Amino acid sequence: MSTKIKIDPITRIEGHMAIEAVIDDGVVKEARSAGTLFRGFEIILQGRDPRDANRLTQRICGVCPTSHAMASALCIDNAFGLTDKISDNAKLIRCLMLGANFLQSHILHFYHLAALDYVDAVGAVGNLAPFVPRYEGDYRVSGEANAELVNHYIRALDIRRKCQEVLSIFGGKMPHNVGIVPGGVTEHPTEDKITNFLWRLNEIRDFVDNTYIPDVIAVAKAYSDYFDIGKGCKRLVAYGGFDLPTGKLFKSGVVSPDLQPEPFAKENITEDLKHSWYVDSDSGKNPAQGETKPQPKKKQGYSFIKSPRYKGEVCELGPLARMVSNYVQADAKVKELVDSLLVQAGAGVDALFSVLGRHAARALEAKFVVDAMVDWLQALKPDEPIIVENQIPDKSEGVGLTEAPRGALGHWMTIKDKKIDRYQVITPTAWNASPKDDKDQPGAVEQALIGTKVKDEDNPFELVRIVRAFDPCLACSVHLLDAKGSELGIFRAV
Amino acid sequence: MATKKYPVIWLQGAGCTGCSVSVLNAVSPRIQNLLLDELVPGHQLNLIFHATVMAGQGEPVVEVLKDAEKNRKGGYILVVEGAIPTAENGAYGSIGEKGGKHLTIEQSLADLGKSAMLTIALGTCAAYGGIPAAKPNPTLCKGVKTIFNEKGIETPVVNLPGCPLHPEWFTGTISVILFSGADALELDQLARPKLFYGQLIHENCPRRADFDKGKFAEKLGDPGCLYQLGCKGHYTYADCPLRQWNNGVSWCVKAGSPCLGCVEPEFPDGTSPIYEKVTFEDLK
Repeated sequence: MSTKIKIDPITRIEGHMAIEAVIDDGVVKEARSAGTLFRGFEIILQGRDPRDANRLTQRICGVCPTSHAMASALCIDNAFGLTDKISDNAKLIRCLMLGANFLQSHILHFYHLAALDYVDAVGAVGNLAPFVPRYEGDYRVSGEANAELVNHYIRALDIRRKCQEVLSIFGGKMPHNVGIVPGGVTEHPTEDKITNFLWRLNEIRDFVDNTYIPDVIAVAKAYSDYFDIGKGCKRLVAYGGFDLPTGKLFKSGVVSPDLQPEPFAKENITEDLKHSWYVDSDSGKNPAQGETKPQPKKKQGYSFIKSPRYKGEVCELGPLARMVSNYVQADAKVKELVDSLLVQAGAGVDALFSVLGRHAARALEAKFVVDAMVDWLQALKPDEPIIVENQIPDKSEGVGLTEAPRGALGHWMTIKDKKIDRYQVITPTAWNASPKDDKDQPGAVEQALIGTKVKDEDNPFELVRIVRAFDPCLACSVHLLDAKGSELGIFRAV
Repeated sequence: MATKKYPVIWLQGAGCTGCSVSVLNAVSPRIQNLLLDELVPGHQLNLIFHATVMAGQGEPVVEVLKDAEKNRKGGYILVVEGAIPTAENGAYGSIGEKGGKHLTIEQSLADLGKSAMLTIALGTCAAYGGIPAAKPNPTLCKGVKTIFNEKGIETPVVNLPGCPLHPEWFTGTISVILFSGADALELDQLARPKLFYGQLIHENCPRRADFDKGKFAEKLGDPGCLYQLGCKGHYTYADCPLRQWNNGVSWCVKAGSPCLGCVEPEFPDGTSPIYEKVTFEDLK
């Protein structure tokens, strides 16, 4: 007898998401990730001043707005012909802001979104909302070690706040900074700001080294079976990001399931729409030609997320993709970080493709970024330019590719009569949480769920741990309805 | 004396979670104080529903909402973040499922709003529609007060706009309610507390002297008043220049950016293009 488990809402993620899994003999046979990204941003942007996209697209997501600021600024720079004119100061300041956003997002994700699946908050603070209701059963850390993790949950609230404060030195405010603009940045890197930034950063860096990474290792030791759970599609994509005067911190690349790197080319991205609530005739297009025409009642649809594919293949994006991409392209620092963690965990590279591998990659990435930020600060030149003057072209096109905390992010724009004619955004969660594509291949999260053993169908920890390890960012609570009945024997909503 | 607890239900509509993230940035009190401590002596919040924070998921958390509607009538504060999509009978937004049926944001707001003691519309989207309601408003998004008016719901609404709102506009409003009761909140015509939205940005701007002397920035990054670069501070009511953001580190104009007018009901359509000047004449 099959059972269908439906979890709606999936909480402790950004935005709104539902998961449906068909369980046969205790194993997930089919999985559906339903997402809900539709406020119609791409439609709202049409006809507006191209420069405004830089401010408006940040409002796609309040957790990672800085990555949309970066992607849209790169896109506008490209369309305005400014890409080669951006000053070193502007590149560094933009990267410092994006780096601070990575740290905020990664720390928030581990402690405040994911940790309650592993840490027994009730055991430490009692039966208190918002820590109840919850799934009961598989909490494996107890006593002092558990109390310490709960204390770190609280401490991490302060540290993630301080990540926002350091960002606002150059960004003015967070969420939704005002510092990253077309042509550069608005705030000068005076010596006092550099020192202020450095010392705020030092506290965050200490937390990453001495609390965050050790906590991920502690959780990994208690839940070591999760190195074997949630493998996924194993094909990785990174667009590359953090455009520094010396090149990109994260290399762009595609990594095959047997860990072979290939160069990445944006022309190979297409978006399928067969199972998404959009008009079918636009399926299979590159985002530079993409359209966003919703068709809410489409029969085969089950999600507002499109299905981005690379050369027609399902891919995973995010910290795991970036760290493995840099690793197989022989980045010395990343290799050292990853190898040292694998030794501590007693696991091989293949174990990275798992629930715990994704958490570990995210923590190591936080260290990789925070260490690099110290160098970027020292490269700033207080008296040199921060912005280049610019004019809106009558007609142009632009692309902005970068890396967001959750994975590669792309903005595509066409300008006509000095106004936005078309704007397309592909978020990393669109790749990861995508529905099936035109060839009926399940998306990356769906593939990670399929084959999973569920021990207790009333408390399906495995499913939510897999989903949250991807750090989904649904970027809004908009959710399309469809009338569906269950044709299966038992329906469990948990 | 027993602690008086105020259950809080935090509903997320068509938004970006940015207002939740902003409240996480609160400093004094900090978010952990909001969650765990008596915020003022004898009074404590009890966050029983917030999808980004709460441990549970799926139907058991939906049950928390249904239970509140039935058993806590007039006994909880409803915080709404994000706009309310109303196209196709609310079909563009749901917050979960009950018995195999989606609960639309629109219906959930009506059900929970009716039984709340007070509703706080957090951020410009919840207060007035904001960016999701910008032209052409593809999902017919509306603010909370508009929905209440249409449905004849009489629960009082306090608007705390901003994109996002400043965390102290929220903690400060809660403080007034806990210390003195909701009736003590003095609201303007747009239902905003005068305590935070009572003065123009322009009145308190540190670049005001530049404006008075006619010293204007010609491009971003220049010193001088940002009026010519599209600053909306002369018709935007908020205390950002005095309060500053992120633990007092900075704010938009200090960082060299024009004010976007993000707390105003017409944001973003009436405050854009962002970098185009709006003259005092235009406002007449």
